Amino acid sequence: MIVAIASGKGGTGKTLLATGLAQVLAADGLATVHLLDCDVEEPNDHLFLSPTLTRKEEVSILVPKIDLARCTFCGRCAQVCTFHALAVVQKKVLTFPQLCHGCGSCARQCASGAISEEPMRMGQLEAGDAGKIHFAQGLMDVGQAMATPVIRRLKQWAIPREAEGDPLVLLDSPPGNACSVVETLRGSDFALLVTEPTPFGLHDLEIAVELARGELKLPVGVVVNRDGVGDHGVDDFCARAGVPILLRIPLDRRIAEAYSAGALWVDAIPEYREPLRRLYREVQAQIGGGQ
Amino acid sequence: MRIVVTANDPDLEAPVNPLFGRCELFMFVDTDTMAFEAAENPAIGSAHGAGIQAAQFIVEQGAQAVLTGQVGPNAFDVLQAAQVSVYTLPNGATVRQAVEAFLEGRLQKTNVANGPQGGGHGGRSASARP
Amino acid sequence: MKQSVTLSSKVDTAKSTLGATLARLTARVHSRRSLRTRSRKQWVILSGKGGTGKTTVTAALAHLAAREHQLVLADADVDAANLELLLSPTVVEEHEYVDGKVAAIDPQLCTGCGECAEVCRFGAIVAEGLNYRVDPTACGGCAACRYHCPAKAISMVDSPTGRWFRSETKLGPLFHARLYAGQESSGRLVTQVKQNARLLATEVGADLLLIDGPPGIGCPVIAATSGANLAILVAEPSVSGVHDLERILSTTRHFGVPAVVCVNKADINPAQTAQVKALCATQQVPLVGAIPFDTTVVEAMVHRQPVTQYRSSPAAVALQALWRDLEPWLEAETEQGPDRHAGRHV
Repeated sequence: MIVAIASGKGGTGKTLLATGLAQVLAADGLATVHLLDCDVEEPNDHLFLSPTLTRKEEVSILVPKIDLARCTFCGRCAQVCTFHALAVVQKKVLTFPQLCHGCGSCARQCASGAISEEPMRMGQLEAGDAGKIHFAQGLMDVGQAMATPVIRRLKQWAIPREAEGDPLVLLDSPPGNACSVVETLRGSDFALLVTEPTPFGLHDLEIAVELARGELKLPVGVVVNRDGVGDHGVDDFCARAGVPILLRIPLDRRIAEAYSAGALWVDAIPEYREPLRRLYREVQAQIGGGQ
Repeated sequence: MRIVVTANDPDLEAPVNPLFGRCELFMFVDTDTMAFEAAENPAIGSAHGAGIQAAQFIVEQGAQAVLTGQVGPNAFDVLQAAQVSVYTLPNGATVRQAVEAFLEGRLQKTNVANGPQGGGHGGRSASARP
Repeated sequence: MKQSVTLSSKVDTAKSTLGATLARLTARVHSRRSLRTRSRKQWVILSGKGGTGKTTVTAALAHLAAREHQLVLADADVDAANLELLLSPTVVEEHEYVDGKVAAIDPQLCTGCGECAEVCRFGAIVAEGLNYRVDPTACGGCAACRYHCPAKAISMVDSPTGRWFRSETKLGPLFHARLYAGQESSGRLVTQVKQNARLLATEVGADLLLIDGPPGIGCPVIAATSGANLAILVAEPSVSGVHDLERILSTTRHFGVPAVVCVNKADINPAQTAQVKALCATQQVPLVGAIPFDTTVVEAMVHRQPVTQYRSSPAAVALQALWRDLEPWLEAETEQGPDRHAGRHV
């Protein structure tokens, strides 16, 4: 079962929820837990779990390399490149690897066989165990633009394909509602959206629900974090839209303190462990019950 | 010689558009006859590599010099590879003023890109291989 | 001068809506222009980590700066645009932004050979019955399949990316957008918003273009940051916040944009605030402000206002001090900003 944890608005508590759920369910033996930190631009899960990272792999995309001896400067490579990562002027070919998406069209369409492809590094994947949690994260290199190839590779690399039992895969998603979130959510069985009950939280949650439910056709449930801090807009919206609120985490200074110190909140405040077990059962029921 | 000025309107009295890859039009001017023609910037709708596409277009159209406000690093690389000179203008000049200033030798040639990287993808261009 | 106008391609000779609006705005704002010497600046508010308070700080700085300076505002967080929730904008202009395309396979022409699925490196082509189909949420529009298809069954169709708006607010014109959910091209829509904001700022001679940035360090952030004179990084005093601050600092440095840091909710963890301060010292980045945790922030949000409207609240007082420390950067003639020793250090 693959559960993606997203939000729309940043800072609502995705990492809080992902690490808490992973820790409680794994430690209690309720599931074989795989936790993937898909926020490859700013991954934080590892700060709370201190995994021992034993496996590493570089992520790269293939960018063009021009053999000027064979090149006829016909310009076809530049024509077929949707991203203008190549320019042919007079007897020169310029490549702009930062714009390249690695699609391979230039190499494939070159009539003179003058283009080969070489890897350009984008980031790194790392995996290892944190207690009983099977942990993996992606780390996009600073200065790179595209997170999606790193996320895609991370999921291919770390999500178990053939596995006994039905492992629980938790995906901690990046903030927002754009392509890196889509890449994370795609192929999941459930989207758990963490929000805060404020106008900002509501505004971004509405988009996230549309994304998960409308575009990606995933079942959706909401977790309200810092419940009590703002207004009732989120509650009203969820009622109208028929989105179940599966857990409310109250505004609790102890959580903020544990979190800011880098401590795992469910260890610091064990009374939150049972609500997270309940949340897991709720999600299982939602998936089992179908849409 | 054939020069090009970045603009928004096909009108000599209209201001230059400072942003090379994003201008609406290119005004090509033949400095010998002073005939000019306006062409729509094919890169205007494109987000990826607009500067590169714009640069390639004006090179293909035979421009030998560009009079504009800001040229980003990718576009600048293409223009430099094609030996097209770039002259930077202050904001607010009209197309006519730009051309006159060029003809009177009052414009400074730019040797480095002076605009930001656009399109969200940064400008680490690979130089042409030897 | 002999002239001839020939159009090598079809050109719409009517002035664009934006062009006409620029003319009106220019005439109107001349009378309000500040008499102080100034150079036109572009500041972007970033964080790395989400939820640190970028939008809160942007709205507050805009509110304070607008008292004496002419502003243009832009919300570059196009898939979660919140700045408009604090400024009560009136939309004056709206544009559909169609950028990029996605592939579409004509089932009538498709022979089911599967070559398209072979060449697609993005997992966007899936088998469907005897044919193949493109998943538009995975397709990035590279067109490799289209060039490769032996049956010429694939075409590229417009992929509407989102809408962008120009609105009027009491603090100045606001450019913002709404990305259609899950679109590939948030960076491009950010560029669209920013370019239009910059064009207006240049035309009317605004003192400052203030940009509310997105979280992260990838392409939307890069798009929001390009061309900025200054990046104001809003940091959260937590282990996560410090970790993420380091990466956004590396990013702004990588792209050559000078940065300053302010700490939000600074009093919730003094030890971590000290870590932020230490990081700034090591990286030689000015620490320009510290804003205490203050429930007024949410109260102001619920009432759709910048928190600086609540003038005596702790957050507002701190933001006023932050603005006083930042204002010299507005006047600075060089890219390096004012004398490094100016401004308060916490």
